[in-house]
Amino acid sequence: MEAATAGTRAAAEAQPRKRGKISNRTKSERRLGWMLCAPAVIVMIAVTAYPILYSVYLSLLRADLRFPGDRAFIGVDNYVTVLGSSLWWADFFHTALIMVVSVSIELVFGMLLALVMHRAIFGRGLVRTASLIPYGIVTVVAAYAWLLAFSTPSGGFVPHVLGIQHDLVDQGHPVTSFLVVIAAEVWKTTPFMALLLLAGLALVPDELHEAAKVDGASAWQRFWRITVPLMKPAILVALLFRTLDAFRIFDSAFIIGQNGTNPKIETVSILGYNQLLNRLNLGLGSAVSVLIFLCVLVLAFFFIKVLGTERPGDAA
Amino acid sequence: MVAGCGGSKTAAAKLNFWSYDEPGGTFRDAAKRCTQQSNGKYQISFNALGNDADTQRQALVRRLAAKDSSIDILSMDVVWTAEFAQAGWIKPWPANFRAAVSKGTLNGPLQTATYKGRLYGAPANSNTQLLWYRKDLVPGQPPKTWDDLIDTASKMKTAGRIEIQGAQYEGMTVWFNSVEQSAGGQILSGPSKVGLPTAPTMNALRIMAKFGRAKSADPSLSSQKEDQNRLAFESGQAAFQINYPFIYASAKANNPKLYQQIGWAPYPTVNVADSAKKAPVGGFNWGVGGYSKHPAEAFAAAACMRDSQNQRDFAIKGGLPPTLSSLYDDPAFVKSYPFAKLVRQQLEAGAVRPQTPLYADVSLAIYKTLSPVSAINPPQTLGQLRSRITDALQSKGLL
Repeated sequence: MEAATAGTRAAAEAQPRKRGKISNRTKSERRLGWMLCAPAVIVMIAVTAYPILYSVYLSLLRADLRFPGDRAFIGVDNYVTVLGSSLWWADFFHTALIMVVSVSIELVFGMLLALVMHRAIFGRGLVRTASLIPYGIVTVVAAYAWLLAFSTPSGGFVPHVLGIQHDLVDQGHPVTSFLVVIAAEVWKTTPFMALLLLAGLALVPDELHEAAKVDGASAWQRFWRITVPLMKPAILVALLFRTLDAFRIFDSAFIIGQNGTNPKIETVSILGYNQLLNRLNLGLGSAVSVLIFLCVLVLAFFFIKVLGTERPGDAA
Repeated sequence: MVAGCGGSKTAAAKLNFWSYDEPGGTFRDAAKRCTQQSNGKYQISFNALGNDADTQRQALVRRLAAKDSSIDILSMDVVWTAEFAQAGWIKPWPANFRAAVSKGTLNGPLQTATYKGRLYGAPANSNTQLLWYRKDLVPGQPPKTWDDLIDTASKMKTAGRIEIQGAQYEGMTVWFNSVEQSAGGQILSGPSKVGLPTAPTMNALRIMAKFGRAKSADPSLSSQKEDQNRLAFESGQAAFQINYPFIYASAKANNPKLYQQIGWAPYPTVNVADSAKKAPVGGFNWGVGGYSKHPAEAFAAAACMRDSQNQRDFAIKGGLPPTLSSLYDDPAFVKSYPFAKLVRQQLEAGAVRPQTPLYADVSLAIYKTLSPVSAINPPQTLGQLRSRITDALQSKGLL
């Protein structure tokens, strides 16, 4: 593996020097390379680049399906509207809150779960399989399970057991609404976090632990001084994936917010959905979508450039 | 595919009817019955939409915006008429059918199906809210005006609560629209012009704010919808509720003792003289898709599926108030619906919600501004309402 990567790297470094006099063989190899990539590139352009560029284009128009005759180019007006709206910022705050709280809890729980999976001696396979079940359940189904457990009008058992008369997940009770959404997210995606962390744990050599043990380091010291620093790349990749995912949260919040009717847990994705599918305002809705995309880009940039996360695919 | 008894040589036009599935199955029955009665002219197949109005609208609109010709007949909430008509998603009814549909139809429902002077739907069923009260707790005549209602309830020693829809959703717009009209105002003065004259609107907002801050308000008013109201009333927590008649049959099943004590009165008004006027008007109209390949058959089929026989079926089996005046005298209906006369009176003079292609936006702007009602500050709220509705009418702003 390592040798191969080193080889490619060396080749890549060597290339600029040769520029200007490319041999026929290299040329035909390059052409073959392009031809082999072409199907993938075409598919990616069709399913990713085209929709993204089309959204960017739509976001610069006044485009409302209800008034097909009124289409016009209005520049960045839609962005001005979105960024000037208190609703966008309220929903942005809701999203950020759900993202930060749920990812933090997931990191702690995911690490614990990964340690359990790593250290389990008996029934290791069973532990690993069982812990993956929540991740395997369809998000909408899981969200309904949480909604039905906490919603009083739906006969949820939680308010029943606690003797609570009001609905825990309606717009009158934002705090409990948030807690339920966050709990559903944590329950659902901790296994994913744990799997990514488990891969990192496997990279920590046992000898280091044994050496530290001989030197008299406590379990806590070994965890903080050996495991965590060596796992840092894996932790950052796990955080990157989950943060980007959590920012785009839609299904859990939509279902637990009773088809998006609870404005207290409305997220930016639900906001975009409302503009696009309820108001049929393609311009505004696309502007929201593009802004969500930019937020995700900024988050990814922060993780990769500032925290130094390795991009997936770049081997260490 | 040949109808059992029909001897016609031309093939029957295949019509698709899109509607929510009435749980009693009466819409499917109507489609079957009309197919049979058409003698092989057309064949209606029923396509079920989702259960709540938003889901239904989304499903229809997505198809109609793509000019789907498979939507021949569609069931539309009374507030969609203008939007669908303006976009060309539904066809106006031709004169001959128009006369047949209008005949004997109550005025409120008929108005909801009319946009810019043309008929765009056949009112199939309707609904309105009444003031329900506990006869054992409210002696004598029930209150007629909003002020009287709030004062009476606030002074009561036990269960002095009024249940109403105070959550941030369509129900809030329904409430505000009725109070505003009863106060003498209108939300819009044209399909794209804000109304909200100062004096009546200030009065309407004053009443809603008073309602929200009064002792008689439910502590969870800001999250209450129809079903929460029903539950609170059924469990004996309230003396009054403003709600649709479904609560009557529900109380009979869930709390027979309390059911005996339920009284009903006209929807409250701002002035006594307006009694039984300006109550909410709900329900569904049946339209013909703008891209249908068989419009003539579709109009005939839609008209058939809301005729007297079918509406009687919707009313008795499905509990849906009819739009045909004569059915309110039907003994079988009146037996299960003792308030039939009052409902008819209210539907005849009801407060129709604003007719604008941007209704969804306008309604969002209204309920997001007014909820929670306890926080309404009339002069300030009036300004917000005007500016937000103005934005909504230009399809500007995020909602």
